Amino acid sequence: MSKKKTPIYGLLAEFTTTDALVEASQRAYAQGFRCMDAYTPFPVEGLAESIGFTKNRMPMIVLIGGLIGAATAYTMMWFSATIHYPLNVGGRPLHSAPSFVPITFELTVLFASFAAVLGMLGLNGLPMPHHPLFNVPRFMMASRNRFFLCIQAEDPQFDMVTTKLFLEGLGPKSVIEVPH
Amino acid sequence: MATDQPERVQEPVLAPGHTFASVTDKISALVLERPYNWRWFAGFTIGFVLVMMLLTAITYLLLKGVGIWGINIPVGWGFAIVNFVWWIGIGHAGTLISAILLLLKQEWRTSINRFAEAMTLFAVACAGMFPLLHMGRPWFFYWLAPYPNTMALWPQWRSPLVWDVFAVSTYATVSLLFWFVGLIPDLATLRDRARHPFARIVYGILAMGWRGSAVHWHRYRTAYLLLAGLATPLVVSVHTVVSFDFTIGIVPGWHSTIFPPYFVAGAIYSGFAMVLTLAIPLRKAFKLEDMITMHHLENMAKVLLATGLIVTYGYVMETFTSWYSASTFEEFMINNRMFGPYAHTYWMLILCNCVTVQILWSSRARSSVPVLFVVSIIVNIGMWLERYVIVITSLHRDFVPAAWGMYHGTFWDYATYFGSIGLFMALLFLFIRFLPVISITEMRELVAETQEREEAREAMTQGTAP
Repeated sequence: MSKKKTPIYGLLAEFTTTDALVEASQRAYAQGFRCMDAYTPFPVEGLAESIGFTKNRMPMIVLIGGLIGAATAYTMMWFSATIHYPLNVGGRPLHSAPSFVPITFELTVLFASFAAVLGMLGLNGLPMPHHPLFNVPRFMMASRNRFFLCIQAEDPQFDMVTTKLFLEGLGPKSVIEVPH
Repeated sequence: MATDQPERVQEPVLAPGHTFASVTDKISALVLERPYNWRWFAGFTIGFVLVMMLLTAITYLLLKGVGIWGINIPVGWGFAIVNFVWWIGIGHAGTLISAILLLLKQEWRTSINRFAEAMTLFAVACAGMFPLLHMGRPWFFYWLAPYPNTMALWPQWRSPLVWDVFAVSTYATVSLLFWFVGLIPDLATLRDRARHPFARIVYGILAMGWRGSAVHWHRYRTAYLLLAGLATPLVVSVHTVVSFDFTIGIVPGWHSTIFPPYFVAGAIYSGFAMVLTLAIPLRKAFKLEDMITMHHLENMAKVLLATGLIVTYGYVMETFTSWYSASTFEEFMINNRMFGPYAHTYWMLILCNCVTVQILWSSRARSSVPVLFVVSIIVNIGMWLERYVIVITSLHRDFVPAAWGMYHGTFWDYATYFGSIGLFMALLFLFIRFLPVISITEMRELVAETQEREEAREAMTQGTAP
């Protein structure tokens, strides 16, 4: 991503329904805009796809987390029970696999859950207390009943005049400039 | 057919007339605008007084040791383990509602899942306290964990008590993560609504800069669903492992293969009872009847009835097995349980858990709020008695009559138990005051779905009108 300095962060169009927002995003994508994002008070089916997001890496991260958890737990128990501190309890085998199952399962779940939460936060770039969008007072409606589409100034096709005209043509309630 | 008539008129999950804005404003106002009222103060005060009693009981315990409790040989697991299992069981309904019902797409869970999850967390906190205090020297609790130590010792991996440490701590952690992830968008809503600068900063920090981006939502949803999928087997495993604490031992009355399923069912039973006990006053006090509707209460009553029947089946099979096993000790145990010195607790338990719940077969009873409230309290008591019967009657007369004994809780046992209820109450009241009791985000989704359905129905009726 180029680090060139843009005069503003982007243009923000406000919509009142989810259908209008999804349609606007699809048209913006068809128009060739790529650096954009949509903001909604609740998850909207198909919206992420309409702005060109297809590669969701979350499932793979969680799977890897779970596998690491399972391997950690089983290796730890096997190592301590057979190599590091072998202890004969009533002639039971040192490597008593069935007894190792519950803890292996628990740590699989634990590690996978941490992978899910930290992976989600990490990929989303959170925590990020400051964001240019928070400079727009109306943006707080994004957590109530308004739906926003933001085309960022760093998009190669972005132009202050034509992009603004394009967004206004999508039938929004308003189009707002987002300062840095 | 002219119109598609629903088979039975059912209460809606959400009262009609709600919009995105109205659910947002109503739920966030409970935290941000509603001033402190006397009901909240009264409830919190009771909880706080009981917490002070708990702290006194714990301080005295640390000074004197576990001898201040009623435990001795043969009954070494008294109230501490009874309370531990009771609290853990209560927690399970929260996970069940939030995870399993989410995966089953039961949309009625939406308005009760948040406080049910909070209930889980607080119940697990209360539960976790008891085994630690029961250790006698709680400041050595870290001996339970595998850590590099100068004695080169490890936990005994073949012991169900060690499994339990891992199960309960994983459960507490995953419940916290699940709850917090669910809260993030709502914290952002509160950040945007809060007027007080301090509240805005605190909610802002907790919301971590959530701004509702479509891409973020997409990953968020995947993460949330996967967490639900992970929590579902976890909740079953936790109470299974808790039941292993008993069944792996060869004590008559404990050593039984029916324990894991019947413990899990019992956990859900007591947990749903607790959700009802909490939801009924909550919806009344905060006027949430349009969000926690009769539909919710009725569904919970049905779950209560179903799990109550499974638990009853467990009691019947326990009795049958001890006769069918032809083991003298098993036969004696069940006989002693039914007609021995603790017979009154056993019959009370049957009355509370198996008999009372049968009233829920009647749909009149299921739609009566007072009846549901009373039944839920009775089930809570019954499930506590169940654990009391399992722990105490199995241990007090085991094999050699010379080693028999009696167990009674002392003042300090009761003080710790009621103190833990106070801790639970106090935490719950703080939660109600500072965080949204209903998931605002999921309510907005519910509004969106309801609107779509209504539009579709309107289109249908207009299309088919003559």
